[in-house]
Amino acid sequence: MLAIKGLMADLQDEDKTILKGVDLDIPAGKVHAIMGPNGSGKSTLSYILSGKDGYEVTGGSATLDGVDLLDMEPEERAAAGLFLAFQYPVEIPGVGNMTFLRTAVNAQRKARGEDELSAGDFLKIVRAKAKTLKIDADMLKRPVNVGFSGGEKKRNEILQMAMLEPKMCILDETDSGLDVDAMKLVAEGVNALRSEGRSFLVITHYQRLLDHIQPDVVHIMADGRIIKSGGPELALEVENNGYADILAEVA
Amino acid sequence: MALAKLKADAAEARMAGLTLPSGFDGARKDALGRVAAMGLPSKRDEYWKYTDPTSLTQPEPIAAALFDAQETPLFGAVDRVKIVFVDGVFDADASDDLACEGIEIARLADAAGADIHWASELYGTLETRGQSPVERPLAALNTAFAQDGILIRATGKAAKPINLIYLHGDTGSDVMLHSVVKVEAGAEVTLLETGPAAARLNSVLEVEVATGGAFHHVRSQGRDHERRAVTHCFARIADESLFKSFTLTVNGQLTRNECIIEMLGDDAVAHVAGACVGDGTAFHHDDTVFITHDALNGESRQVFKKVLRNGAVGVFQGKILVKEGAQKTDGYQISQSLLLDGDSQFLAKPELEIYADDVACSHGSTSGAIDEDALFYLQSRGVPLQAATDLLTLAFLAESLDEIADETLADDLRDRLESWLARRT
Ligand SMILES: Nc1ncnc2c1ncn2[C@@H]1O[C@H](COP(=O)(O)OP(=O)(O)OP(=O)(O)O)[C@@H](O)[C@H]1O
Ligand SMILES: [Mg+2]
Repeated sequence: MLAIKGLMADLQDEDKTILKGVDLDIPAGKVHAIMGPNGSGKSTLSYILSGKDGYEVTGGSATLDGVDLLDMEPEERAAAGLFLAFQYPVEIPGVGNMTFLRTAVNAQRKARGEDELSAGDFLKIVRAKAKTLKIDADMLKRPVNVGFSGGEKKRNEILQMAMLEPKMCILDETDSGLDVDAMKLVAEGVNALRSEGRSFLVITHYQRLLDHIQPDVVHIMADGRIIKSGGPELALEVENNGYADILAEVA
Repeated sequence: MALAKLKADAAEARMAGLTLPSGFDGARKDALGRVAAMGLPSKRDEYWKYTDPTSLTQPEPIAAALFDAQETPLFGAVDRVKIVFVDGVFDADASDDLACEGIEIARLADAAGADIHWASELYGTLETRGQSPVERPLAALNTAFAQDGILIRATGKAAKPINLIYLHGDTGSDVMLHSVVKVEAGAEVTLLETGPAAARLNSVLEVEVATGGAFHHVRSQGRDHERRAVTHCFARIADESLFKSFTLTVNGQLTRNECIIEMLGDDAVAHVAGACVGDGTAFHHDDTVFITHDALNGESRQVFKKVLRNGAVGVFQGKILVKEGAQKTDGYQISQSLLLDGDSQFLAKPELEIYADDVACSHGSTSGAIDEDALFYLQSRGVPLQAATDLLTLAFLAESLDEIADETLADDLRDRLESWLARRT
C-alpha cells in the first residue's frame, strides 16, 4: 500500500538534512509501528508524506498504491486515501468542528466523483461515531480543537479518521496525552477500522498503545533512517532497555 | 495653498452646480452655512490622512460600471417593507406600501408638503452635533442637498424590518440620500440597507433612540466594483436603549463609513461592527467610528474585520471618548485585518480618551497573514487550498457577523459571503 524508498529530505529554510534515506513498505491490511528517539524524524516523515510545506525532498520516492504521493497537493493525497492524525492537532478558531468535518468529508467525496452527503445523513453518521469515541455534542459544536484538552484533541483526530475512512492511516503519537481509558477508546476506534484494505503506520514512544493495537511490524527510526525492524517484541525491548543497545548494534 | 483656502475652494466648486431642494428649509440653509465655514475635506486633513477624499468632494463623480450580480436579492426570504431607490430616485412601482404596523414611514422628498414635526426636529440636528470635536463636512453637504431618503418613526415594535434597496442603473449617477429614524420609548425597529446606490453615494442616517428603545441596522453595500461612497450614521441614544449597526462591504472602489454615537442615557448599549472583503489595488475601505459615553453604565463595542488581498487597503479610525462622570463605562474596540498577501495594507488608529476614573475600556488592533498550520490541517483533510482559504476567511470575519442579533439576517449574509468568496467576489 505505502512504499517509501530511500526518502531523503532537508529543511527548506535551513541547511539541515532530516531524512537520510527512509525505506518502508507497508502492505495492505497491515499495521506497522515506528518508534525512535526524540528528534529522529518521525513527525517529519509523516508531514512530508502528507505534503506539508517547508521541506525539500532531495531523493527517493513515496507511493500510495503505486501512485506518486510527493507530486500531489496535500488535499489530493487526502482524497487518494492518506490520513495523518497529527501529533499536535491544530486549533481553528471560528470554524465549527461539525462544519470542518462536513467540509472535509464532502470535499473528498467530490474529489472522488461521489455525491455529497446530505446534512441529515452526515449528522447521523457523525453522531454515531462520536458516541463510540465519547465525544459529546458540545465538542462537535465548538470551534475545531479550540479549548479541547490534549486527550480530546486526540480523540477528535480519530473521529476525523473514522469519518474520512482513509486507506492509509498515519497516527503520530496519538497515544500521548491520553489517559488509560481514553487510550482504550482510541485503540478500539482504530481496531474498528482495521480491515484488509486499510493500513496503519503508528508512531509511538510507548509499548502500551501497541498492547491494544497489535502491530505486524515494528521499526526503529534514528537520525533520519529506519535502523532496525522486527516483530512486536522489538517494542517490548525498547520499553525495557531504551534505545542504547539498538543504536550501539547498528553503529 | 493654505489648507483652509483649499477646502473652501473645494466646497465652492462642489456646490456651484447644486440647488437646495425644498423641505426642512431651515436645516438645509444652516447646513449650507456649515459647509461654507468648514470647507470640504482635503487629504491634508488629519482625519483624512489615510483616505483621499478627492473623488468624494470633486464636483463631478467618476463613472462606475454597473455590476450584474445575477443572484436573488439579499434578504429576499425575509418578510420586509421594501423601499427601492434607483440611482437615488424613489421607485414607487418596485416599492411596497409605506405602511407597517408599529411605525410611520414617509419620504424625505414628500416632507416639504407635509409638516412632519418629529422629523423636522431631527433632520440635520444629530449631524450638527456630530460636527464637534471633529468636523464632518461631507455630512453637512448631504444635509443641505440630499434629494431623498426615508423618515421612520417607530412607536411600537415594528412588525417587519424596513429594507432600503439602493439600485445602481446609471454609470454616472451622483446621489445624496438622507434618512432619519426616531425610535420612541420602548419601541423597536430594524433597518436594512442593501445595494450600491450609485456611482457616487453620499448618505446620512440620523437615529434617535429614546428610553428603552432598540434600533437594529444591517447593511450590505453592494458588489459594484467601481462605486464610491461616503456614509455617515449619527446616533443619539437614551437610557436603557440599544443601538446595533453592522455593515458588510465587499467590493466598491472607495468606501468611507463613519459612525458617530452619543450615549446620553444611563445603561445604554451601542454595538458597531463591520466586515469587509477587498481585492485589488483599487480597493480602499475606511471605517471611522466615534463613540461618546456621557452617562453611567454604558456599554459600547466596536468589532471591525477586514480581509484584504492583491494590494487592497483597509483603514480603521476608532475612538472611544468617555466624558467626565460617565462612570462604569464598558468600552471595547477591536479592529483586525487578515492580509492574504504582502501587497495589502491595513492602517489603524485606535484611540481612547477617558475623563472618568471608574471605567473598563480596551482596544486592540492586529494585522496578520492566514494561519499556515490551519490551512495545512484543512488541506490534509482533503479541503482544497482555495476552499480552505475561504473557510478561514469566513472564520476570521465571524466575530463581526456574530454582532448581528437576528440570526436569519446573519445567516443570509454568511451564506452570501460564502458564495461570493467561492466566486472570487
Ligand atoms: N521546521 C523545523 N525547523 C527546524 N527544525 C526542525 C523543523 N522540523 C523538524 N526539525 C528538526 O528535525 C528533527 C526531527 O524532528 P521530528 O519532529 O521529525 O522528530 P520526531 O522524531 O517526531 O520527534 P518526537 O519523538 O520528539 O516527536 C528535529 O531535530 C527537529 O528539531
Ligand atoms: Mg514527533
